[in-house]
Amino acid sequence: MSKPAIVVDHMSMMFNLNKEKVDNLKEYFIKLLTRRLHFTEFWALNDITFTVEKGERVGVLGFNGAGKSTLLKVIAGVLKPTKGSVKVNGVIAPMLELGAGFDMNYSGKENIFLYGATMGYSRKFIEEKYNEIVEFSELKDFIDVPVKNYSSGMRARLGFAIATAVEPEILILDEVLSVGDAKFRKKSEEKVRSMFDKGTTVLFVSHSTQQVLNICNKAIILDHGKLIAQGDAKEICKLYDDMVKGVK
Amino acid sequence: MKYLKNFYKYRYLLYEIVRKNIKLQYRNSVLGIFWTFLQPLLTTIVLVLVFGGVFGSKRADMVNFPIYLLCGRLIYEFFTQSTKRAMRSIRLSASVIKKVYVPKYIYPLSNVIANFVTFLISLTVLACFIIYFYFFSDKPPIINGYIFLSPVPILILLILSVGVGLILSTLEVFFKDVEYLYEVFCMLLFYLTPIFYHVDQLGITNRFVKMALMANPLYAITNMFRSCVLYGEMFNMNHFWYALGFSLLTVIIGLWAFYKKQDKFILHI
Repeated sequence: MSKPAIVVDHMSMMFNLNKEKVDNLKEYFIKLLTRRLHFTEFWALNDITFTVEKGERVGVLGFNGAGKSTLLKVIAGVLKPTKGSVKVNGVIAPMLELGAGFDMNYSGKENIFLYGATMGYSRKFIEEKYNEIVEFSELKDFIDVPVKNYSSGMRARLGFAIATAVEPEILILDEVLSVGDAKFRKKSEEKVRSMFDKGTTVLFVSHSTQQVLNICNKAIILDHGKLIAQGDAKEICKLYDDMVKGVK
Repeated sequence: MKYLKNFYKYRYLLYEIVRKNIKLQYRNSVLGIFWTFLQPLLTTIVLVLVFGGVFGSKRADMVNFPIYLLCGRLIYEFFTQSTKRAMRSIRLSASVIKKVYVPKYIYPLSNVIANFVTFLISLTVLACFIIYFYFFSDKPPIINGYIFLSPVPILILLILSVGVGLILSTLEVFFKDVEYLYEVFCMLLFYLTPIFYHVDQLGITNRFVKMALMANPLYAITNMFRSCVLYGEMFNMNHFWYALGFSLLTVIIGLWAFYKKQDKFILHI
């Protein structure tokens, strides 16, 4: 067995919740002089420890504000943890928000290369995958149109097509499998499933235990920034369902 | 070493963003990339008319005034445009930075490089000026082997712009006011840099005022550049060391500030 794909070690993430955002000099100095520049500490994630082995598919469950998205951002390297460490072995494809790297004035075709480069792939590599991406996104007729004229569904389809075409070793899915119409949703689920067979590690965030059971073999539950349960997907999903009922 | 490896991985991104910035700058304009050529030409004609004609009195003894002006204007324009765009780059790419990991310095850096490419294209205007005045003027520019040294001031200018761009982009994330302050500063810089005048001809007797003018690294860079393409002489070595030292210092300060603060960017944009 090779090295684990993701190791999260006693990781905490703290934010300063200032009541007003101070982003100009005048306010900053006034606040500094009047000593009103105080912050409230908020621990979005508190002492999280878990390990994801290569090829494991982990569902991340939790209520709104439990810290799911923050956790994914830390793993993707967007946020740096306040304490502890996160180690990732392998190429990561963060699908936190499909099409986040798009430039609105750029055409679909140009954006494919830009988005690919954002994930660290060369122009040549993307050229090889280009046809596959266009075909999968079903946007052949619109590929030279600026992305600003795309519908949100079209944008998401293109983003999904690029992110999955590059065959990453670790795939982060933040409620993105609800993209487009039912037909495309089915297609994208199939695509993700085909990636499992190649041994892709998956982190999947969802509110739906049904989706988690469909895709994942393991799961964790976050609540108010703490990891409260981890283990086999079936047990954890049952626990989560009980929690939901308990809240009601 | 770790940084270099990461930079190597994201070199495609640098390339794609530079490409994008150049492509989008002139998209939807009828003349397109031709504007990089046309804009300095037209603005220089305006400046020649204003400072060579209406306000011009002492300019007569100066060597070829249109070339003198164009050199200063090109350098000033590149510096201010590239640093202004680098300054806004982090905030403008907030949507990417918030969602995907990318080395953030790519954004200020790519903006400076994209401007540098258009700057190099606009140097063809200067070449045309030099060729024209060399053959059809009673005050031709002196062209000799020193013209091959002209890339030296240009490279120093590039280093300076990267450094200042890094510093400004870091500041701008935390204080948006910097944008407006810098706008005023650039206007001040236009008059502080000898674009349309010659420092020796101002008749400044106060040593401190003169030193303040010469402290401007753009002063040293424009003078060096003019030595190469207009006067046909070796540039002043004091200018060389001063400009180089100043530029490297801004890069060091810029990198230091950027690396120290970049993890906090996401909380502010």
